[in-house]
Amino acid sequence: MDAPAHWAGTEPVRILEADGTVVGDADVGLSPEQLRELYRHMVRARRLDRECMALQRQGELTVYPPFEGQEAAQVGSAFALGDEDWAFPTFRELAAALVRGVDPAQYLAYHRGTWHGGPYDPRATRFGPICVPVATQICHAVGVAIGLRKDGSDACALAYFGDGSASEGDFHEGANLAAVFQAPAILFCQNNGWAISVPTGLQTAGEIWRRADGLGFPGVRVDGNDVLAVYHVTTEAVRRARAGDGPTLIEALTYRLGPHTTADDASRYRDEEEVERWRAFDPIDRYGAWLLASRHADDAFVRAVDDDATAWVSEVRAGVTSSDPPPAEWVFDWTFAETPPELARQREEALGG
Amino acid sequence: MAEWTLSGALNRALLDAMDEDPRLLVFGEDVGRLGGVFRVTDGLQEKFGEDRVFDTPVAEAGIVGAAIGLALTGWKSVVEMQFDGFSYPAFEQIVSHVAKYRNRTRGRVDLPIVIRIPSFGGIRGKEHHGESPETYFAHTAGLKVVAPSGALDGYRLLRLAIDDPDPVVFLEPKARYWAKEEGELSSDDPRLGEARVVRDGDAAVVFTYGAMLTRCLDAAESLEGEGISTRVVDLRSLAPLDVPLIGRCARETGRVVVVHEAPKTLGLGGEVAARVMEEAFDHLQAPVARVTGWDVPYPPAALEAVYLPSVDRIADAIRRVTSY
Repeated sequence: MDAPAHWAGTEPVRILEADGTVVGDADVGLSPEQLRELYRHMVRARRLDRECMALQRQGELTVYPPFEGQEAAQVGSAFALGDEDWAFPTFRELAAALVRGVDPAQYLAYHRGTWHGGPYDPRATRFGPICVPVATQICHAVGVAIGLRKDGSDACALAYFGDGSASEGDFHEGANLAAVFQAPAILFCQNNGWAISVPTGLQTAGEIWRRADGLGFPGVRVDGNDVLAVYHVTTEAVRRARAGDGPTLIEALTYRLGPHTTADDASRYRDEEEVERWRAFDPIDRYGAWLLASRHADDAFVRAVDDDATAWVSEVRAGVTSSDPPPAEWVFDWTFAETPPELARQREEALGG
Repeated sequence: MAEWTLSGALNRALLDAMDEDPRLLVFGEDVGRLGGVFRVTDGLQEKFGEDRVFDTPVAEAGIVGAAIGLALTGWKSVVEMQFDGFSYPAFEQIVSHVAKYRNRTRGRVDLPIVIRIPSFGGIRGKEHHGESPETYFAHTAGLKVVAPSGALDGYRLLRLAIDDPDPVVFLEPKARYWAKEEGELSSDDPRLGEARVVRDGDAAVVFTYGAMLTRCLDAAESLEGEGISTRVVDLRSLAPLDVPLIGRCARETGRVVVVHEAPKTLGLGGEVAARVMEEAFDHLQAPVARVTGWDVPYPPAALEAVYLPSVDRIADAIRRVTSY
């Protein structure tokens, strides 16, 4: 099978081949129940992602950025974090949010257009607000990591970003700060081949994971469609962070099967043939095949997961579509801790006395 | 009576605030061992240790972005952008995140971050060392913008800014760092957001801030001999503006001049003039006059005087509005 262009170069860490054949050590320290949970998360995530595409077409969501194809990268990495650890998403990390326990209806309030950022509590969930200016959230994660260390905590902070974000200044500033302060930060790049229409080859002439070397900390390239490999390398990064050994850069090679967002027409810049070729690398099929072959699960489990996902997605859908529109005063609330007199006047002008 | 420079008073404000709040951090470029290029953080690292006062790489976006993460973990930060012209790499973090985080999280997350920026011209600085960035920040909802004009107010305003639950962009007039002022340091003002009548008068009012205050006072003084009694108001808080005080002074004098170093177009003077129209139209005896920097890049040292509002230009404007 032809490797996609942005997978060229260094072989990534891989445990499962595309067909589920084991090529590494599949014992990554997870119990059978946890192994099955990984699968359940990925299936739920994909089903919700597809539901969101449908909800957008039905006018229930505003523009939506699908993550289909990236389930293993997100689920495997988020699953490696502990309760006290933090994660900072971009705008495509719904699967990671689900693993972290973020209420999907609250998360999707962002895409429904009822509130910015995701109105879930970033402190309670330890999941940063949805972040659109790419790479800026890396600096926030590094700040959290520095803060955690000052408090003597052994928790860490993981920042998600993409191959496009890796070109931003904030990636370099954040990564360098993390290195200099030995911050317990994990920089997790999902290289999905495309920054909207620009392929990774036009984004960088090198390999993203190698940048860590120049910054003075370890980098690793992993098959981002292999959930066991992703879990494995992230767990190692978490271990280093907890031990006080500083940051790790992970480049997870994956592929965005869908458009950049529902507002994007991917046919203008890539062939459907390429996308179809990629379906052979599907992370869920791969992991499912291994689960069955390794007898950690059986057909009945797969069917049960599927049924569970159907019921769960329908619940989420109901939660999202039944949510009340936000009250008008929310436009004015929370700009400042205490509304300044001038803003209070504007509020009155807009809303009446 | 004690004598303070602005640099010394700001240093003392940081020291007192850090003493009171063990979760207050100070960081930025050269703020540790060197004590800052203007010595505002002098001695802080020695007193509070490298854990609370630390140098960072040259990475303004990283500095401000890290302050956001630190706030999420319950740490308060005073960060230093070394010069106005070097604050721009942090612009995205400030505008897209610092200003919006409270709103985005529906009030769940305060960002009690003070972003100190040595600002404005008048020090024969190189390019990028004499900028007036206030409009960028004052135009951004969610930010408070403060500019002290001297030592005593510098202490007071910095203490209030640090205590404020909202992010504050704190613009320090470089030209006033070493000017001395006599008095006792105190932070017993009620809150940020209030302007101050520095000099009383009833023929005209001059609204200004930062290093221009002394020039306005000089101009007002020089006009006393001509029988023109000029009130001078230090705005201090550029966002939010003290609209009630602006309105009252405009109504009481009927003649208004606004003075700032920033370029004229879309400078704060435009906003103050509009407020005067809204609050005091029926009382106005003359069009509002603006004395500002020109709409040009800040010039090199040899031409600084052409750019900055001079005492003469300010005095001329006051004569113009009072004789209209």
